[in-house]
Amino acid sequence: MLIIYSLILLPAIAGLATLGWSSRVGRRILLVAIAAIHLLLTAALAWNPPPLSEHAWLGVDHAGLLMLGLTSVLFFATSIYTAGYLQQEYSRRHHDTAEGFLFNAQPKAIHIGCMLLFLAAMSGASLSQHFGLYWVCMEATTLASAPLIYFHRHHRSLEATWKYILICSVGIALALLGNFLLAVAASGIGEGHPTLVFSSLLAHARLLHPVWLKAALLFMLVGYGTKMGLAPMHSQLPDADSEAPPAAAALLSGALLNCAFLGIYRIHLLCVANGLGRFSHNLLLSLGLLSIAVAAIFIIRQRDFRRMLAYSSVEHMGILAVGVGLGGIGVFGAALHAICHSLTKAALFMTAGNIYTAFDSKFVADVRGLKRTRPITAVLWLGGFLAITGSPPFATFLSEFTILKAALDGGFYAIGALYLGLLGLIFIGMVNNVIPMTQGLPAESSTDAEAQPSHEPLWSVMPAGVLLTLMLLLGLWLPKPLNEMLTSISDRANSLEATKTTTTERWPGSHGVANSMLGVTNQLKPLDEGNMAASALVPIRRHKPAASKPTHSWLNVSTTAAMRLPEIDVTETPHFFLPSSFPTPGENTP
Amino acid sequence: MNHVTSILSPVAALVLSPLLLGIINRTKAVCAGRCGQPLMQAYWELWKLLHKGAVTSYTTTWIFRAGPMISLAATLTAALLMPFANFDAPIHFAGDFVLFAYLLGLGRFFTVLAALDTGSAFEGMGASREVFFSTMVEPALLLSIAAIAREAIGNSILVDLTAMHHHISGPLWANAGLILIFIAVALFIVMLAECSRIPIDDPNTHLELTMIHEVMVLDHGGPDLAFILYGSAIKMWLLGTLIAGLLLPVTNWLLLDVFLSLTLLFLMAVLVGVVESVMARLRMVRVPQLLAGATTLAILALVLEYRIP
Amino acid sequence: MSSPSDLILILVILINLAVLGIGDVRLCVHFIAVQGVILGILPLFTGGGLDMNLLLIAAGTFLMKGLIFPWLLFRSMKTANVPSESVPMLGFTLSKVIAVLLVVASFWLASKFKLLTPIEHGSDLTLPVALATLLCGMFFIITQSLALMQVLGYLMLENGVFVFGVAMAHEEPLLVEMGILLDVFVAILVMGVAMFHISREFDHIDVQRMTELRD
Repeated sequence: MLIIYSLILLPAIAGLATLGWSSRVGRRILLVAIAAIHLLLTAALAWNPPPLSEHAWLGVDHAGLLMLGLTSVLFFATSIYTAGYLQQEYSRRHHDTAEGFLFNAQPKAIHIGCMLLFLAAMSGASLSQHFGLYWVCMEATTLASAPLIYFHRHHRSLEATWKYILICSVGIALALLGNFLLAVAASGIGEGHPTLVFSSLLAHARLLHPVWLKAALLFMLVGYGTKMGLAPMHSQLPDADSEAPPAAAALLSGALLNCAFLGIYRIHLLCVANGLGRFSHNLLLSLGLLSIAVAAIFIIRQRDFRRMLAYSSVEHMGILAVGVGLGGIGVFGAALHAICHSLTKAALFMTAGNIYTAFDSKFVADVRGLKRTRPITAVLWLGGFLAITGSPPFATFLSEFTILKAALDGGFYAIGALYLGLLGLIFIGMVNNVIPMTQGLPAESSTDAEAQPSHEPLWSVMPAGVLLTLMLLLGLWLPKPLNEMLTSISDRANSLEATKTTTTERWPGSHGVANSMLGVTNQLKPLDEGNMAASALVPIRRHKPAASKPTHSWLNVSTTAAMRLPEIDVTETPHFFLPSSFPTPGENTP
Repeated sequence: MNHVTSILSPVAALVLSPLLLGIINRTKAVCAGRCGQPLMQAYWELWKLLHKGAVTSYTTTWIFRAGPMISLAATLTAALLMPFANFDAPIHFAGDFVLFAYLLGLGRFFTVLAALDTGSAFEGMGASREVFFSTMVEPALLLSIAAIAREAIGNSILVDLTAMHHHISGPLWANAGLILIFIAVALFIVMLAECSRIPIDDPNTHLELTMIHEVMVLDHGGPDLAFILYGSAIKMWLLGTLIAGLLLPVTNWLLLDVFLSLTLLFLMAVLVGVVESVMARLRMVRVPQLLAGATTLAILALVLEYRIP
Repeated sequence: MSSPSDLILILVILINLAVLGIGDVRLCVHFIAVQGVILGILPLFTGGGLDMNLLLIAAGTFLMKGLIFPWLLFRSMKTANVPSESVPMLGFTLSKVIAVLLVVASFWLASKFKLLTPIEHGSDLTLPVALATLLCGMFFIITQSLALMQVLGYLMLENGVFVFGVAMAHEEPLLVEMGILLDVFVAILVMGVAMFHISREFDHIDVQRMTELRD
């Protein structure tokens, strides 16, 4: 428990202290030191987690531990990068070649202090088990990260900062209303003060009022989706991530989006346990596909390479939502994908930062011949691009493939085809930008002989290199503890789904119409009006009963190390895209 | 209820309405630090104008001469529909408030026609402005009355003004007082617009480009002008009675009711005078916004009534 | 108007409509301040009995929303040379019409919820007024071109959420309420600083002219 408190308080105190400290070197050393301590503490927590009590506001569960670990690793990498970057900033001439103006940079104390506060807030968000506390931490991340974006002080970054603050604040306010609606829903539990602690809500999930829970889900999805970058609420993401300095962009894109997803994931689990699973799954699926589509559209002719990476973040958040929305093994894929996306995107943003520093321009057209002038960066850039678009042998391939498999297993052929097609489009769009950047001759030299490799400082390439190497390793070998953690996340989600197939009608307000209409028996939950609207175009879901696991024991140490696959019933006929209002002819229960 | 006493409602309108004009002018004078006209000045004006002759232009037709007469006739007919204090209106039937609103509209229509009939550009300009503003006033008026009807009677909108008037009682006020205040404010703005008072129109301006109502009646003289003046006084009395009926709960003591209603009407005239003294006329582009605000208040009152049982 | 809390909630809606229909920036800030003061009084009338939590929430809200936020905003106005008039992008009349439509829509929406579990300590008007204020606040943010007015819209949005939260004030723990107030305070502070920078950088705070970043 002490570890948990120190994980939050230590960076917070250090951040506040740094805001007023004037020693340049001392600040940077403090940053790296805190990052290292945070990483060690997280490792200790993962090694020996305290048990989760039902009423504690702070605690560790699998999903939270995953996000915390990612945050910690990313922060350590970016802290090393930042230490070198800030030192370089003191001697650099701040000139923007895109529009040709000079600008200032932010006082470095503010930058480092805000980074540490940001770490504290994200740790708090990952470690909180109470929805209200989680909300406070998410609001704190918005406020702590807004100054980070305004590092190079010019009008573009100011515009990005303003958009970021305003849109994220509006989103967080909506999420607050979602919290209140959840509290109303929780009053159905009826024993005095309703609590917003996640595990106790999950234990009594059947007793929550469905309509209020649905309203809470909607508001939280929109609210936290704004921070997470789900379309159509993603508008702050391209601007903020493209204008922020590389380390901040890596954190915003790699760590913050995951923490925002944690909130959505938790309310999704509550809905599934309550019986609103179909509603929640459909929402996540549609928003996820929309995100991937929007990202594809905006990547294709993108002229700014950092903005391209930001839209790629939107795409990957969409993939996360699709994975969780599909259920089954998709949740495993989504959890693995969270790891992959974070590590790769951080590496890419740091590499993009190097490119921006070298060429002083944000446009793809101005960058040529990276492999001659900066070979290591070019390798990292190409490797990162391959990783982010899902090429084997990187681990992204594994996670995206798993999600595709979940789609095909569930019979969502159209969704799977759309998913693949959009990913292909994104690959084309990105390759169109990345390859010309690495090949060719740099602008200032006309012949081969003149283009000499410049010196690339270690701090600028090592973090990205290590992260990409990790990705490569993960793609070849998934360590057993990690595998178990991902599996248990997936199992927890699916067990909630499996246990709800025998639920009976509890609230007199909702109608049980759909069973007879669809001709499918008790595998599907009864639809009420909300679901009819939301599920009109989604194929009929067939639930595979997940392997029976005991619920709520948070660390399931399984003996089998292989990936868990659900049983496939080969006698079922595949379903195509059907509006759910048509009765299916003669469907058998699997 | 009592058919004999119901004649007192229009009689009060006919007799006492020019007094309202006098009170307004006196209030403005007092606010400006002057001594001001006598309170009965409007009566003397009407008397004077009725004894003068009218000059009509060759370019006008019968509409120009008929306009003031028809508008006064319409206003007098509307006076037959409005209950005062505890008395009924002489004529009441379900849905009579629609007739009331559109009788006032008929009067305005003929004033506008008479103005256009002169063929002069200035009257045309005034006519177009007047019609534009009255377009925006109409929803406010009708929605306010609908809100009163809903509040007072309940489910049916098609009720008569008299019945509505009788239903505004003490318990109703305790329950829904704020809503009635909203409606009263909206109706006050409607009254200012219909009677061409500041902040919509300045009745004392002599600059034609700033006139709205005044420029329409610029060419009338003598008895025609007397009819127009008298008609506008009665219109103010009628709308004021509507507001007073809304704000005063009906007690069943005759003298008290009459006294309170008269007092409230005179206080409203004083308020109009004060508004005229402290404010300037709004810019033309602002007037639709003010009228939209009145409509918004009326809709808000209506929505709240559907909520609060 | 059976209870004072109904009265207060109706005044809240009235202030929403007023803010949406007036272009004077200072007057709008005053109106939002008045809304904050009224919301500070609201917890005392939720009819569940007074206890320490409620008093603290009421005091904190009154202080923050009624005094500190307007003070911060007025300071930003001084340092950022904000113009005194702000016309919404849709025009005043259309804004008023849409605002009233949003109020009607939120009453309709709330009526769908009312038949199911009622909120224990709120009045019948809590959910509609909360939704109406929320929607009006968002509409205000969308249609205003000055950054300061967008911050006012954000405050209106928060007020709407707070109206709903007051109904839950008996159940919701104090810590979260205080945390909420603190977060909004820091948010307004950060926004004020941002507006100062915007004004210095751009010489105006008209967000319609900040359209450099786009695809």
